Amino acid sequence: MENERETARSARKASGRFAAVASAVMREYGIVVAFVILFVILALASSYFLTERNLLNVLQQTAVNGLLAIGMTFVILTGGIDLSVGSILAFSGVVSASFASSANFGHSSPAIVAILFGLLSGLVLGMVNGVLVARWRVPAFVVTLGMLSIARGLTFIYTNGMPIPNIESQFLFIGQGFVARIPFAVIVFAFVYIVAWVVLYRTRFGRYVYAVGGNEKSARISGVNTRLIMFVVYGISGILAGLGGIILTARTTAGLPQAGTSYELDAIAAVVIGGASLAGGQGKLVGTLFGALIIGVINNGLDLLHVSSYYQQVIKGLIIIGAVLLDSLRKKEE
Amino acid sequence: MTETILLSAKGISKRFPGVQALQDVSLTLHAGSVHALCGENGAGKSTLMNILIGLYRRDEGEIRIKGEQVNFASPREALRHGISIIDQELNVITEMTIAENMFLGREPERPVPFIDRAVLHKWTTEQLERVGLDVDPRTKIRNLSLAQIQLFEIARALSHDSDIIIMDEPTSALGEREVEKLFEVISLLRSKGRSIIYVSHKLEEVFRMADTITVLRDGRHVGTEEAGSLDRAKLISMMVGRKLDESVAKSGRLNGPEILSVDHLTRLGEYNDISLKLHKGEILGIFGLMGSGRSEFLNGLFGIKRAESGSIAIDGHEARIEKPSDAKRLGIAYVTEDRKLSGLVLPCSVRENVSVAALQKLARGGILNTRKEKSAVQKLVASLNIKTPSIRQPVRYLSGGNQQKVVLAKWLFTEPRILILDEPTRGIDVGAKREIYSLIAKFAESGYGIIVVSSEMPEIFALSDRIIVFREGRIAGEVGAADATQERLLHLAS
Repeated sequence: MENERETARSARKASGRFAAVASAVMREYGIVVAFVILFVILALASSYFLTERNLLNVLQQTAVNGLLAIGMTFVILTGGIDLSVGSILAFSGVVSASFASSANFGHSSPAIVAILFGLLSGLVLGMVNGVLVARWRVPAFVVTLGMLSIARGLTFIYTNGMPIPNIESQFLFIGQGFVARIPFAVIVFAFVYIVAWVVLYRTRFGRYVYAVGGNEKSARISGVNTRLIMFVVYGISGILAGLGGIILTARTTAGLPQAGTSYELDAIAAVVIGGASLAGGQGKLVGTLFGALIIGVINNGLDLLHVSSYYQQVIKGLIIIGAVLLDSLRKKEE
Repeated sequence: MTETILLSAKGISKRFPGVQALQDVSLTLHAGSVHALCGENGAGKSTLMNILIGLYRRDEGEIRIKGEQVNFASPREALRHGISIIDQELNVITEMTIAENMFLGREPERPVPFIDRAVLHKWTTEQLERVGLDVDPRTKIRNLSLAQIQLFEIARALSHDSDIIIMDEPTSALGEREVEKLFEVISLLRSKGRSIIYVSHKLEEVFRMADTITVLRDGRHVGTEEAGSLDRAKLISMMVGRKLDESVAKSGRLNGPEILSVDHLTRLGEYNDISLKLHKGEILGIFGLMGSGRSEFLNGLFGIKRAESGSIAIDGHEARIEKPSDAKRLGIAYVTEDRKLSGLVLPCSVRENVSVAALQKLARGGILNTRKEKSAVQKLVASLNIKTPSIRQPVRYLSGGNQQKVVLAKWLFTEPRILILDEPTRGIDVGAKREIYSLIAKFAESGYGIIVVSSEMPEIFALSDRIIVFREGRIAGEVGAADATQERLLHLAS
């Protein structure tokens, strides 16, 4: 009799301990767990999902959104938002295409020139955002909403509304090439992620980003140049949108003025699913990574399961809301 | 004090992730009495109060209001049962006016659901008069000083006409005159059969007003006694669990050369023609009532809001201070009056908060030396005795006193030469106060110039070598430590 009670008690203690560990894991790595579960479900649901070709495809599709999301992370961490990344992506895309193709200027330039101009255009537009937000104190929502239209308009003006075809193959490598079976675009993304991680977590600038988002007044009193920080993050978002535009253009083989429409929504979704707070000061870069992966995997998986894209949109929206809801419920418990 | 029991709480326990905030705590409140709740920071006072007003739910225990068992799901429910609170943390909507904040949710309506503004303002003025706050009810909270906001909070709690009013550090931002008014109000309430739960670190106030005192320590109930049967030493030892030597050794500090000189500093509408000098190794106290311009002057000194005319000289050289980083570069540090608003970045960790103002010391070419940072932060945390499970803990989870120490640590890290402290021990318990006082004294001894602004007279006396009194934006006078008395300071300040 005693033995049974002892066993029952230690079993309850063990399950209690397990529950405590499990909840601690969920708290810290909830999003990773969610991703793993999602992955397993899709692997079981479709026999094609787990193939090398498909997984590489997922990574490649995620790379562009991932780049935008990294830039968006910096912006959101300071308590801002950038609605213009999709349009900046398009503008940079067509600018780089115009150099990488002979169709525009009558001759094509080396890929490196095209890339530089693409990045530069993204950077410049981002800096315009930055000046308006940081120096002129216009709310980020309003500034980037305006830039969304302006950049898109500039894109159509620059291309006369028509795609820029015939891009040199040297340039196409960026979007379509492979290095040791891994898509080059994915390598670019990985590289940018690592740099972003180092900047955010190992430099003074990164600390200041969190401080400005967490409490701008306190940061300012501590001597942080809050305006400079806010200016720079929009530049980062712009240049990464530029990089995304270059990769997308290389992949689609043409500079398309309508590219990137609504891409900002996926970028914001990735950051938000990743656990960042739109108020600023909270969120981890790795969260954004998994947020982007979750979106990429869902898009891919639902395609494989032949779910219509209309339903896909509904599902994506539900996941965004669900992820943030879960997160706030979890926080409320604390 | 009658025999009617308004509130009876028994065996209350509450756990948060990682910490048992309350364990088996009990409290009994009689009608027409003032019941003080004392304890060091982190003892569980605020947690207990938040449970009583329905903001948190207890894990265990029973609460009865006038005999009826209750388990509040929201502060609204608690209000309906006759419990209101003046919180230590200010709960105001800064963009709205006093009147809108005061009666939020219970506005006077006309037949159609529009707010009757005339009636709203009349009601508000009536409530403000009870606490002696003479401000237009149409003023936005954003434009009030901290002291005025605190008075407003008191007025708002009183306007509910509750049986039980909980006051959590209600005088932390108030000057002497406002405090007297509050005590008048409390006595009046007591005579009408209402009860007050008074949570405070200011033991003089506790002994003055309370009938009963309950002491908590580390989430546990240490004891409940009639106020008359306790003295200050006994109360402190109950709170701290050990005998505390209260005397502050004021060393005979030799004043060194002039380190700061302010000449005719002026900002219209805030302060006028302020001139003072600070020497190395000296602690200069600044005393003044609400609205005297002290904090505004400090903001000017630190470059938060530039002065309009006048000059500042550091070590004899004229200094242009137009933003905080200018002041920092000249070796000035500023611990602000409100740590939550302007001293801390709440979502960030202890480590990040302590190092943020001194990252230049820890970085080479922009890259942080995280190992150096970690050991430096840990050393500061240990030397200031900051209680935290780890330096990765977000500061929002620390108690008020420990948060204040984090702000102090941040500025000490910048190795300043001039340290400005605005209400440095606001919301901090007795034990920690002593620690901070001795730290400040040690600092002065190692040659820093220190300015302490405080509305707590004992604090100003304990720390200062000289006291400058502000009144209505000007300097009313200067008093040496030896000649300083309460009457003299008050006389100059009013």
